[in-house]
Amino acid sequence: MKNILTINSLHASIGDKKILHGIDFKIQPGEVHAIMGPNGSGKSTLANVLAGHPSCKVNDGTVEFQGEDLLALAPEKRAQLGLFLSFQNPAEIPGVRLDHFMRAGINAIRRSKNLDDVDILGFDRTITKKAEIVSMNPQLIKRSVNEGFSGGEKKRSEIMQMAVFEPMLAILDEPDSGLDVDALKMVAGGINKLRTKDNSLLIITHYNRILSYVEPNFVHVLIDGKIVHSGDKNLAQEIENKGYDWF
Amino acid sequence: MSTETNKEFRQKATEDYKYGWVTPVDSETAPSGLNEDIVRWISKKKNEPDWLLRWRLKAFNHFQSQIKKGQLPDWANVKFNAIDFDKIIYYSAPKQKLESIDEVDEEVLKTFEKLGIPLGEQKRLAGVAVDAIFDSVSIATTFKDTLLKQGILFCSFSEAVQEYPELVEKYLGSVVPYTDNLYATLNAAVFSDGSFCYIPPGVRCPLELSTYFRINASGIGQFERTLLIADKDSYVSYLEGCSAPMRDENQLHAAVVELVAMENAEIKYSTIQNWYPGDQNGKGGIFNFVTKRGVCRGDNSKISWTQVETGSAITWKYPSVLLLGDNSIGEFYSVALTKGYQQADTGTKMTHVGKNTKSKIIAKGISAGHGQNTYRGLVRVNSKAFNARNFTQCDSLLIGETCGAHTTPYVEVKNSSAHLEHEAYTSRVSEDQLFYCQQRGMSMEDANSLIINGFCKEVFKQLPFEFAVEATRLLEVSLEGAVG
Repeated sequence: MKNILTINSLHASIGDKKILHGIDFKIQPGEVHAIMGPNGSGKSTLANVLAGHPSCKVNDGTVEFQGEDLLALAPEKRAQLGLFLSFQNPAEIPGVRLDHFMRAGINAIRRSKNLDDVDILGFDRTITKKAEIVSMNPQLIKRSVNEGFSGGEKKRSEIMQMAVFEPMLAILDEPDSGLDVDALKMVAGGINKLRTKDNSLLIITHYNRILSYVEPNFVHVLIDGKIVHSGDKNLAQEIENKGYDWF
Repeated sequence: MSTETNKEFRQKATEDYKYGWVTPVDSETAPSGLNEDIVRWISKKKNEPDWLLRWRLKAFNHFQSQIKKGQLPDWANVKFNAIDFDKIIYYSAPKQKLESIDEVDEEVLKTFEKLGIPLGEQKRLAGVAVDAIFDSVSIATTFKDTLLKQGILFCSFSEAVQEYPELVEKYLGSVVPYTDNLYATLNAAVFSDGSFCYIPPGVRCPLELSTYFRINASGIGQFERTLLIADKDSYVSYLEGCSAPMRDENQLHAAVVELVAMENAEIKYSTIQNWYPGDQNGKGGIFNFVTKRGVCRGDNSKISWTQVETGSAITWKYPSVLLLGDNSIGEFYSVALTKGYQQADTGTKMTHVGKNTKSKIIAKGISAGHGQNTYRGLVRVNSKAFNARNFTQCDSLLIGETCGAHTTPYVEVKNSSAHLEHEAYTSRVSEDQLFYCQQRGMSMEDANSLIINGFCKEVFKQLPFEFAVEATRLLEVSLEGAVG
């Protein structure tokens, strides 16, 4: 089967600091991969490098996404190709309504494919349905993007956006941090509903918590910018029991 | 840079200002220079009554003495070479005598059509009555008769002087006296036309009223006055738009707007100002030195100014409200954008005189390129103004490293029951905001425009719908190439 994502010997830094020291793995359609690691191991940097954050510099290596040289593309082109990042701490955009924000993104993607803009009323209905997947308060959709949102509301909003954008690969950067058990179940349930045999997930997390609800096919342990161990879902449980020190 | 990109770049640069053409039209133009003869000539041209000529001459004499004393308003945070008032042409108008819209010069009509303001009976904008001003004169006023049926008087200033002299004489200069400031004084001496509007008691004006200002002739200054009176229990929403050709010279636009709101009346006055801003190197552009003031004369009256200022080389204007009536309300919503070498010194003055008066100021400044943007505001609470309230918020957004934002709020309170709030912040469009938008598929330019529109939203939502769309688009066009 053809890979959705193939990462080869990826080295990256932020400013003068080298963070990633050679990452290799590949993701196939329908797979869920988890990247686990302690704080400061480079998990979020990996997510940002893949999405094209301007503060990340790639020093070496290649990344192929849907057959394209991902690292050569501007962030919006990556999004237009079907890469989605659920942010750990998404930015606030005062004065811009969440539904308008999503519509601007969806229309930009559609235009890149020479498609017409979405029908506004139809899109409103779509958003309402997608919000139900994560039990998102529908009033938040009419509010400014992330402004005054609680931690949990931000997470739900990110997963709702994933549902709206229907990406080929969604990178979820700590979708569970700061969530209580009920919220966690809700978010995880939402993620599970969005899984298909064609799309893939890359979940970045410190703890096993979310992985007991969203079952991964592969777990990679990232320490000091390198994947030190890969395994199946049982590895996550092992980390839960023993911590990261034994690697 | 490859020649292809170079060409594209230049194309983009000249596309920046889309209203920069000149209309070939046969004009009657006064000789340049300011003297008593010119003032008399303009007054005669307009067949004005004696009282108006005398008022103009008083203003002219005051102007002369101010110039002699060197009394130029020099406190604003703007820099420009001294204006040579003797080089300005004070009157220029298309030659034909206009009795009806059918007689308007075809080229002039085309100009307004190109600007999106068709004036012909068949094509005119639904829901908006327009007074179109071309250089020194009003070309046409649409829906005049429809409005008259409800007792609403809406016509050019010149016509009002002939048709409703008592109203004009009663209110002219009652809000902005001819001694107010040098540019208002100059305007009083040489104003050539403008719009006049009177809403009778109890009438809610069914249409948006608007004036569109177009400068066409080279070397002229545009000096027009707007006088708007909303009588008891009436309501009116008024809009103003402007544009001018691209020229290397600086042209002066020194307008005066006077608003009077009687008991329970409400006036909403919106401006979308898009005068030619000058080229990339700061050459040319309009000097927009405008005095706008409203007086809430009656109890429970309300005046609300909304302005979107994207054009002009220099903007110098402070739409203000004098709150005389008890419980009266004054509002000021502003977006001012400066890019290239544009300078803006703009804000408002809220003077609380009546009891329980309220004012609200929301000012948003956006600076890009070498643009300099100053908010200047005064909130004054007089000694009898019990329970006065003011809320001020002035925010600045910086794009790039070479622009500037300045905030100069003044407060004078003489009554201890006053309650004033002030909020201000300066920010940049953050990398994380841009990246978030790009990650959702938007280009850098789209992302910038989305974020900037969000920043301006509180002001845009005050505009009538079609004009909010226009303002959004204008902001996008103005920022093309200025960000990224």
